[in-house]
Amino acid sequence: MGKGNILSLLILTLVIIIFPIVIKDTYLHTIGIFAGINALVAIGLTILMGYAGQISLGQAAFYGIGAYISAILSLHFGLPVILSIFLALLVSSTAAIILAIPALRLKGHYLAVATLGFGEIIHIILHEWGPGGPSGFGDIPKMNLFGYTFTSTNDYFYLVWMCVVVIMIFSLNLINSMTGKALQAMHGSEIATQTAGINLTKLKIKVFILSSIYASLAGAMYAHYVTFLSPSSFSLFHSVLFLMMVVIGGISNIWGGIVGALIITILPEVLRGFKEFDILLYGLILTLFLLFMRKGLVPMTIDTYKRWIHR
Amino acid sequence: MSLLLQFLFSGLTTGSVYALVGIGFNIVYNSTSILNLAQGEFVVIGGLMMWFFLEGMNLPFATSVALTLTVAATVALLMERLTIKPLLKKGDLLLMIMVTIAVSILIRGLLMFKFGKDPYTYPPFTEGEPLVIYGAVITQQTLWVIGITALSIVILYLFFNKTMLGRAMKACSLDIKAARLMGINVSNMVMLSFIISGLIGAIGGIAITPISLMEYDKGAMLSVKGFCAAIMGGLGRGRGAVVGGFTLGILESFTAGYIHSGFKDAVALLIMLFILFFRPAGIFGKTETLRLRKF
Amino acid sequence: MKFFGKLLLIILAFIILWTSPSYCKEPYKIGAIFSVTGAASFLGEPEKNTVLMLVEQINKAGGINGHPLEVIIEDSKSDETQAVLAAKKLIEKDKVLAIIGPSTTGESMAVIPITTSAQTPLISVAAGASITQPVKERYWVFKTAQYDTSAVEAIYTYMKKTGIKKVGIITITTSFGDAGRKALLELAPKFGISVVADERYGPKDTDMTTQLVKIKSAGAQAVINWSVGPGQVIVTKNWHALKMGIPLFQSHGWGSKKNIELAGKAAEGVIAPLGRLVIWDKLPDKHPQKALLKKYVTDYEARYKSEPGTFGGHAYDALMIVVDALKNAGPDKKKIRDYIENKIKNWPGTGGIFNMSPNDHCGLDMTAFEMVIVKNGDWEILK
Repeated sequence: MGKGNILSLLILTLVIIIFPIVIKDTYLHTIGIFAGINALVAIGLTILMGYAGQISLGQAAFYGIGAYISAILSLHFGLPVILSIFLALLVSSTAAIILAIPALRLKGHYLAVATLGFGEIIHIILHEWGPGGPSGFGDIPKMNLFGYTFTSTNDYFYLVWMCVVVIMIFSLNLINSMTGKALQAMHGSEIATQTAGINLTKLKIKVFILSSIYASLAGAMYAHYVTFLSPSSFSLFHSVLFLMMVVIGGISNIWGGIVGALIITILPEVLRGFKEFDILLYGLILTLFLLFMRKGLVPMTIDTYKRWIHR
Repeated sequence: MSLLLQFLFSGLTTGSVYALVGIGFNIVYNSTSILNLAQGEFVVIGGLMMWFFLEGMNLPFATSVALTLTVAATVALLMERLTIKPLLKKGDLLLMIMVTIAVSILIRGLLMFKFGKDPYTYPPFTEGEPLVIYGAVITQQTLWVIGITALSIVILYLFFNKTMLGRAMKACSLDIKAARLMGINVSNMVMLSFIISGLIGAIGGIAITPISLMEYDKGAMLSVKGFCAAIMGGLGRGRGAVVGGFTLGILESFTAGYIHSGFKDAVALLIMLFILFFRPAGIFGKTETLRLRKF
Repeated sequence: MKFFGKLLLIILAFIILWTSPSYCKEPYKIGAIFSVTGAASFLGEPEKNTVLMLVEQINKAGGINGHPLEVIIEDSKSDETQAVLAAKKLIEKDKVLAIIGPSTTGESMAVIPITTSAQTPLISVAAGASITQPVKERYWVFKTAQYDTSAVEAIYTYMKKTGIKKVGIITITTSFGDAGRKALLELAPKFGISVVADERYGPKDTDMTTQLVKIKSAGAQAVINWSVGPGQVIVTKNWHALKMGIPLFQSHGWGSKKNIELAGKAAEGVIAPLGRLVIWDKLPDKHPQKALLKKYVTDYEARYKSEPGTFGGHAYDALMIVVDALKNAGPDKKKIRDYIENKIKNWPGTGGIFNMSPNDHCGLDMTAFEMVIVKNGDWEILK
């Protein structure tokens, strides 16, 4: 982990601790919670796309599996919430393996459409067999840990963002380790990496599983925070949103996931004031972002900063 | 017998729209290697603008069609010049796909602004009783849809194989560098491919609206289905999208008819996944050509 | 003395100003969450318009006991997460006294834990039974849309009368269609009706011929379609083109002239249980709902050049119930809740005549519906 990353992590932790103390508005805390949940998914997707060069249009499926399995286990089978979350991650990584083995032989658009198809199938399964069908179901138990039940917005804010920090530390270490180097090499040239004696398919599957685990953890957080689930929260539209977060934040830097998640979560809230115009402005802002900040926000900021230092 | 035929007709109706969207995908894909996920929005533009000219302004049918196609072509042109062209030089495919998604959100916003959220429709092209063939019913508009789809396919085939311009476009899709060396203006060809795919989409929209109605947010579903159709037939293969589209439509209809309507999308998607995993070049494509693709 | 006289005068003037109703008092703030955009925008649009119109009318007439009414409308984009955020904003930022909406059952369910823990009355405009049941846990929650089961009961009662015993149902795969499907399947045995085919379609599907042909070949004596949006028109067109020879029943979502317009000739003979809102001009003059329906519908049509539909009416009822509570119970969340639960009795609204009670936080039953058939491009009440 470089100096910059450690510094950034410290700043992030500090901001997380201070934010609810300084700002009392729990509406803003709630936005923060959803941004954190989205960030969990986006970090996984950034690693998958930026470091392993794979695209996924079905990330909402893993998000949904995490949410549904954890909710069902804790609500209908009475398991402790933390155990249900753990089992949900297990189920979701199994699903990821089943999908990854045939799918990761595919490239580019084909992988995109395979993940899209998988996502849609999961969405249909939630519709047909999920509790409550399309109407969804509620009364999901709140998160509890060692006898403490998380109730307030503050509790969830800290919980979600603590997860983000832990996952960030884990991911940064991973990228710096051997596997990470191999991953980046793979993005550069698959053939060269293979010649260097690295088993690519295994590596790709590992990263795919990792991103699915992050997404399902986010889903479980969502389920136990909102306490109501319906299939509409896990549609293709949401997969596209996650993709949008990664691209806007910057695919080549893992911090981009967090920044992208913050922007995509906050933007609609800012646009609330524009009433009817919001969908128009939303489309316009996204288009302009993609056209003029091609590398994404984080890598661009770093570039600008470096240029400014070396002047 | 009449049941089977009825399911077949139903599949052909939906399949023809999937096919048209799929063809549009392929035309853009061939010239740029990108997936235009705003493709479905052109179907919506076709349906809604047609209503606007025909019912809203009471213009004659032919004029309305001409004006609708002009609007669709203009939107496609603007989209290509303003968002695709600046990015094409950099060649980041992921970014370009994302831009097409952003543009589709923008188009949806504009359409919602103009037309609101209600569905729209206008009378079928020809009034009259549905035909009965061996006990199965087929409406006249369905025949129009299938006929127009067939005609579009023939015209496109002639265009790409018999005209100078079409062959120049085809050359670009095979090898951009070689095409450029031959003095073909590649940038113009890319623009043209967007316009043609926009027109194809709009034609589909004009034909299908009397059957299925049209509302501002129908495009996303059509994009996904057309995308699947193109993949099933082998991405980039003109005929492939046609076969893929009709296969998808008939698959959906047969699943609904013989298994259960709740699973029709799931079964169609599963079969698509199997094709992807075991014959990634599509039902007819050769795997060797797939390896040559850059993305 | 002179000084004290002046002071007294000033104080007196102050008191008069303070208590006088014409003086601009602090506004009463109410929140609203509607699906103005997204998949359920067909609900949110008329609901939003209705509230905007009513607020203007109420304030022109002097507000509520002299307090102007302020309704802050948030768009949930038909998305549960957005609905949760909107509810948070309304409660924490705007400090509203009550919330009306959200438009769909899913969004309402997602919002209920928040409004309940904030002890804020929520008057949902969605239909799902789970919104107000179990009523003990839904202490702070009410709804103004009729139960789906009431609409189903109305259809089945009519079928029993006309001797239809076997039905095929076709429903949309959204929460609206799913709730209808469950009610249709659950209530059928009670009326001696058997469901011989149970078909479904997606919200953006373009052709339902296959499903209808299956229903026909299963030997159904009638088709019941449960959906809103373009789906119900496409089903009607397909039903007409197939010349199925059995009647088509629609849900209470059918109640818009626009549907007849879109389906054209195909709509002739379609039967549906509709709230009295769409057929107000065919009601007898002494019907308690007639006067208010007439005013609401004509005002709405004059202002927006379109009809409010049943769904706009739900927002009307929700807002007017809160306004009634504010007028009589004052700006206190608990008092508003108690008033709605206990004092909304024989209360004519657009959706029916409401009778709220501690055991029923909706207050409507199947008498809220009339069976209506489409004839010559217009509604006609079936006797």
